[in-house]
Amino acid sequence: MTAALQIDDLTVHYATREGALQALRDVSITVPEGKIVGVVGESGCGKSTLINALLQLLPENATLPAGRITLEGEDVTHASTRRLRQMRGQEMSVIFQDPMTSLNPVLSIGRQMRDIQYRQPGNRTEKDRRSANMLGRVGIPDPVGKLSAYPHELSGGMRQRVAIAMAALMRPRVLIADEPTTALDATLEVQIIELLKEIQREIGCAILFISHHLGVIAELCDRVVVMYAGVAVEEGPVEDVFLRPGHPYTIKLIECDPGRLKVRVADLPSIPGSLPDLTDPPAGCIFQDRCERATEICATPPPRAPQRPGHWAACHHSGPEGS
Amino acid sequence: MLRYTFQRIVLALAIVFFAISALYTVMITLPGDPTTVLLGPRATAEIRADFRERMGLDNPVYVQIAQFWGRILTGDMGTDFNRNRPVAEAVLNALPHTMALVFGAIFWSATLGILLGAFSADNRGSWLDRISGVLSVAFIAAPSFVVALYSLLVFSVWLRWFPTIGAGEPGDIMSRLYHLALPSFAIGLAWVGYVARIVRASMLEALGENYIRTARAFGLPRRTVIYNYALRVAILPAVQVLGVGIGGMLSSAVFAEIVFSRPGLGSLIYDSVSGRNYPVVMGSMLVAIGFFVTCALIADLINAALDPRHRSKA
Amino acid sequence: MNAFRHTLLGRLLADPLAVFALAIVTLLVVSAIFADVIAPHDPTAMNLVDRFATPSTTYWMGTDNLGRDTFSRLLQGGRIALYVALTAVTISGLIGLILGMLAGFGPRWLDNALLFFFDTLRAYPTIILALALAALMPRGLGTVIIVVVITSFAEYGRVVRTQTLSLKNSEFILAERAMGASFARIVFHHILPNVLGPFFILAAMNLPVVITIEAGMSFLGIGVPPGTPSWGATLKDGFDYIRTTPWILLSGGLPLILATVGFTFLGEALRDQLDPRLRKTR
Repeated sequence: MTAALQIDDLTVHYATREGALQALRDVSITVPEGKIVGVVGESGCGKSTLINALLQLLPENATLPAGRITLEGEDVTHASTRRLRQMRGQEMSVIFQDPMTSLNPVLSIGRQMRDIQYRQPGNRTEKDRRSANMLGRVGIPDPVGKLSAYPHELSGGMRQRVAIAMAALMRPRVLIADEPTTALDATLEVQIIELLKEIQREIGCAILFISHHLGVIAELCDRVVVMYAGVAVEEGPVEDVFLRPGHPYTIKLIECDPGRLKVRVADLPSIPGSLPDLTDPPAGCIFQDRCERATEICATPPPRAPQRPGHWAACHHSGPEGS
Repeated sequence: MLRYTFQRIVLALAIVFFAISALYTVMITLPGDPTTVLLGPRATAEIRADFRERMGLDNPVYVQIAQFWGRILTGDMGTDFNRNRPVAEAVLNALPHTMALVFGAIFWSATLGILLGAFSADNRGSWLDRISGVLSVAFIAAPSFVVALYSLLVFSVWLRWFPTIGAGEPGDIMSRLYHLALPSFAIGLAWVGYVARIVRASMLEALGENYIRTARAFGLPRRTVIYNYALRVAILPAVQVLGVGIGGMLSSAVFAEIVFSRPGLGSLIYDSVSGRNYPVVMGSMLVAIGFFVTCALIADLINAALDPRHRSKA
Repeated sequence: MNAFRHTLLGRLLADPLAVFALAIVTLLVVSAIFADVIAPHDPTAMNLVDRFATPSTTYWMGTDNLGRDTFSRLLQGGRIALYVALTAVTISGLIGLILGMLAGFGPRWLDNALLFFFDTLRAYPTIILALALAALMPRGLGTVIIVVVITSFAEYGRVVRTQTLSLKNSEFILAERAMGASFARIVFHHILPNVLGPFFILAAMNLPVVITIEAGMSFLGIGVPPGTPSWGATLKDGFDYIRTTPWILLSGGLPLILATVGFTFLGEALRDQLDPRLRKTR
């Protein structure tokens, strides 16, 4: 069976003055039909590059030296511009992080939702009815009236619902969610997560859910990919990865998650050190400079060490205690 | 929005009031006999004495200014002593011609400037973009009266494509437009440059915004994204600039009216200066400033109305 | 300071448009300084035999209605244009600098009053104000300079005010004040050097505008006294004889366009170099 979304050995470089910046290196992610896969990592781990690569909307200085992205068995990386435009919004669509800036401020909600249906048959009234239905589905009160509203007239939570409605409008096969709850407070976060689950059940799409928030990932996803500095370091079923992390980076990430702290502390724990220079990444393991377990062997490429069925960590010393 | 509109209107009125009062003060306090200034050199001694009495020229300056505004508000702007008609009549006859000229210039600069700017932003970095960038600066730099003179020479005198004199037959729209085309283009050329630059810059800024990425992520056609989503936001600053630019266009209009021998505020003032026809100078100045301030105010309000973010804020 | 100037000049020379602009401006300045030496004829000498002479080896750009050599007049006109531009920009710049800092440092009411004052001055359309004042004042370069100063210092004032305000509340100034630095020290050591960048950019951009105003006023006959060889006066002569002797008009506009375009491009290049924030948008 083909996966809804399959990313194989994706590598993305940016041409910069200091040389090629290796934003993504050999990233492979599979999102099976109807499943939710989470991608977790700190800022700078390559999340936005991943999304832009999926949509083939990378900036002009980006190159793709290796890798392939397939959507329902169809090659996205080599698709024509015309075909790509058809895919975007119809077969895969995105819920962006900040609904304040990702909705056009000078166009009404209805106009923006009508515009993304430009390929669909039907006149303006029919398209507006479809938009209003979807707005109602995502829990927006007075959906017909909201069509004439402008983004700034809505609250943050409502705007995020609009963004979800827009993404779900064309019933895509794959939904990419780019930190859709980061800009919201905790109560709203729960509501949005529930909404995403409902939408997913209803239109039966697969979701690639990108977040730095471990709690949300654990709540929503079936599988999770942990990324660090443009490399996928661990992958497995959500519970397995969070309960028995194999990669030292994942272990640190979970230790430092503010959500699991029981008491308030003055300083949030953090991982010492900083991200490696991606124009000149270290040979071997990408995490070695900040890793407590690092030894000489870490200067060689780490193997995908199996942890449990369907769960691996790219580390020479993986496991709860190291080896 | 209502409060904002009200504030802007009060400010605009205050500016017109102070600008004109200052000029009037200079006029009546200048050394020399103010009756000569206000009646013209040919007035007899009795007329002067009578006028001095009637206008209260022996009163303190602030009383005179109050009286001056009192007369203006009743529609009395003095007498054009060269042609012996009310100044209000002369000025109101001239104003529509100048307005046509200015709005013609705005038409040129808005259409050509927005096209040029949007095209440059769309083809950023291409040699066409570079040429249009250099041209924009050259348009801005070239003095509008030299542009007017050269276009008169080339298009009217040599090529005979356009008429050299006048504003066209009254009542004949086509003739009016035909006479308007060249002078308004000469005034508008500099603003084509300004508008093109501003539209290009704000469009590049808009193209970097998240909502443009959203539009592209939803597969909207490139043309829709650039010319509808980005341009709609990018036009806003151009509206503002054109509104403020009307002051400059009024200055250019003086030259265009003289070079193309058109009636209008500019040629009215020009003719009055040589004859020391002060009431006409004062009246034209009042109308010119009033027109400019009104236009800047309208541009401001249009901008606020076009930008829904602005609409509910104030 | 030396190194700074060196790098600025070096960076300017790397931009072909800036080199072009610098060449034009240098040419204009040199020809204005040495106008008397270069000029083949006396710019005011009339030669009624050679009226309306076509361009030739004797009269490079022909002669006008009084038989005066157009080329020599244009050289002399450059001198007038640059003199007016530099004087007027210096005066309005200084007034704007002082008023702008006053507005930036002064109490709220003073700031508001000065802002309103600036707004009022900006409401005068330059040439129309020039005509109104010309009706009241004697004809001459002094009037031209006064008109330019009245209509342009408000712009300097606004820029300086904005710059001062943003600096006044910046952390390094607050730190200085907390340590008891004198007002004069803050103004001369911190505010002034930081205000000067945008100030000089504005001044450079203002030069071509002033040159245009002088030429325009002289064209209208409210600028230089009659007979003075200004570019605007030459254009007026050319306009009067546009049908018969178009070369007066053509050669009269040439130096004016060269000067305004040259100074504008130079100002643009300077701004791009001095204000890196703006560099991106080009």
